[in-house]
Amino acid sequence: MKHIKTLNQANLKETAVKGGCGECQASCQSACKTSCTVANQKCEHKK
Amino acid sequence: MMIHQYKLNGYNIVMDIHSGAIHVVDDIVYDIIEKLTPPLADNCPEELYALAYSKEDIDQAYAEVLELYKAEQLFTQDDYARFDKLMTVSPIKSMCLHIAHDCNLRCKYCFADTGSYQGGRSIMTAETGKKAIDFLIKHSYGRRNLEVDFFGGEPLLNFGAVKEIVEYARSKEKEHNKVFRFTLTTNGVLLDDEKIDYINKEMSNIVISCDGRPEVHDRMRPRVDGSGSYNSIMPKFKKLVEKRGDKEYYIRATFTKYNKDFTEDVLHFYNEGFEQISIEPVVTDPKHPYALTEEDLPEVFAEYDRLAAKLIEMRKNGEFFNFFHFMIDLDQGPCAIKRLRGCGCGNEYVAITPDGEVYPCHQFVGNPQWKMGDLDSMEVNLATKETFARSTVYGKDECRECWAKFYCSGGCNAANMQYRGNILKPFKLACDLEKKRVECAIMIQAALAE
Ligand code: SF4
Ligand code: SF4
Ligand code: SF4
Repeated sequence: MKHIKTLNQANLKETAVKGGCGECQASCQSACKTSCTVANQKCEHKK
Repeated sequence: MMIHQYKLNGYNIVMDIHSGAIHVVDDIVYDIIEKLTPPLADNCPEELYALAYSKEDIDQAYAEVLELYKAEQLFTQDDYARFDKLMTVSPIKSMCLHIAHDCNLRCKYCFADTGSYQGGRSIMTAETGKKAIDFLIKHSYGRRNLEVDFFGGEPLLNFGAVKEIVEYARSKEKEHNKVFRFTLTTNGVLLDDEKIDYINKEMSNIVISCDGRPEVHDRMRPRVDGSGSYNSIMPKFKKLVEKRGDKEYYIRATFTKYNKDFTEDVLHFYNEGFEQISIEPVVTDPKHPYALTEEDLPEVFAEYDRLAAKLIEMRKNGEFFNFFHFMIDLDQGPCAIKRLRGCGCGNEYVAITPDGEVYPCHQFVGNPQWKMGDLDSMEVNLATKETFARSTVYGKDECRECWAKFYCSGGCNAANMQYRGNILKPFKLACDLEKKRVECAIMIQAALAE
């Protein structure tokens, strides 16, 4: 494409169907705990 | 469908929220997308020709937009409500142990009232901690990966108990088919060689608290006698990180109204040899002089832009540091369910006090009306669990309609409670900051993809 560059393979919907096993780290958003914001968490199945 | 488009640092970014697609586009496409509402017709709509570009360019750009639309990468429908049934009561897999409700510093912004959590100063016995491990094993059912965070107050004030609890948990892993991951947050004052080695062996992640430049740090993080703590902790943190190898850590700071130029603190950490850096805005009552308020936002946003530009410049020069809030993996991130479920507070995650009381999370500790169980009975209140299980992105009206929902995961229930009196009502100041950071994080990806 000339006008658009897509940065990622967008497959969020697919991950909704396959995901949800709950094995990944909890993700507190709060400032008092740098545990994790969710967007930078890793899925346990994609190592 | 939901589109979020913005311009930052010379990039035009279009986010298709429900597919997760991120597009970097030129001005024509940017303007076209702004004017379109789906469903899209095969032929370019007449009104687009009013835009200040040639007909040929507009036709070509529209064709590209249409292609992405048909591939479900633009204007994608929201059909996530059907996953609502997955947002129910879950096993508990993560636990915050309040190992010491006491502290050897007197940080001015401490949400825990300098360690005491509005109650008396107290420490958790190893016995209570072991019971908490049994509690977690019981309530985690089939979940294998379990997290235990040693928190305070200052956990090193009670390090003997930390060690006993770790050993106890390790001794139970095989029998129950569990894997424990321990983390610890410390102010560093009591670190010594022996503790450093133990922490580096047993803790899968460690958060070391420092606010950045010495004068910034010492202003907000004094000792009990009022003197600064920077000079005593910094050498210990360096040693810990040096010896840690590849294992995860974060040096984390809180910024306040006093250091809205926090890029300097990030660079200070970098220059002192730290690569994994987190700086977060103080969340506190606006009555405090150091509190951040709406009126600080323009300056804070400009600072995030400056930090993002600096990070890009340094990366391109081969200098690496990682800023926690700009980390984003556009391809391999967590599944949508995880993103929608939120922090898991009160459902997958609980906090245990030194007295063995169970709370939805560390921020609810000290508010007796939120107590949801205790280690004597080994039970939790299911009604509370259900309340929190419903506190997902789609359980919060404002979050459901928010473009940042898959990146933010619905914010902090405790802050919502504190500032809006309802765990389901997002605290706007935190939302504004979160959205700004997401915009920067995505722009950085666009820049690094060049
Ligand atoms: S481990 Fe992966 S699939 Fe499972 S809930 Fe977490 S992100 Fe989703
Ligand atoms: S930014 Fe605010 S409104 Fe948006 S998802 Fe997060 S908490 Fe909800
Ligand atoms: S409610 Fe807030 S502080 Fe508690 S776990 Fe969730 S994000 Fe963290």
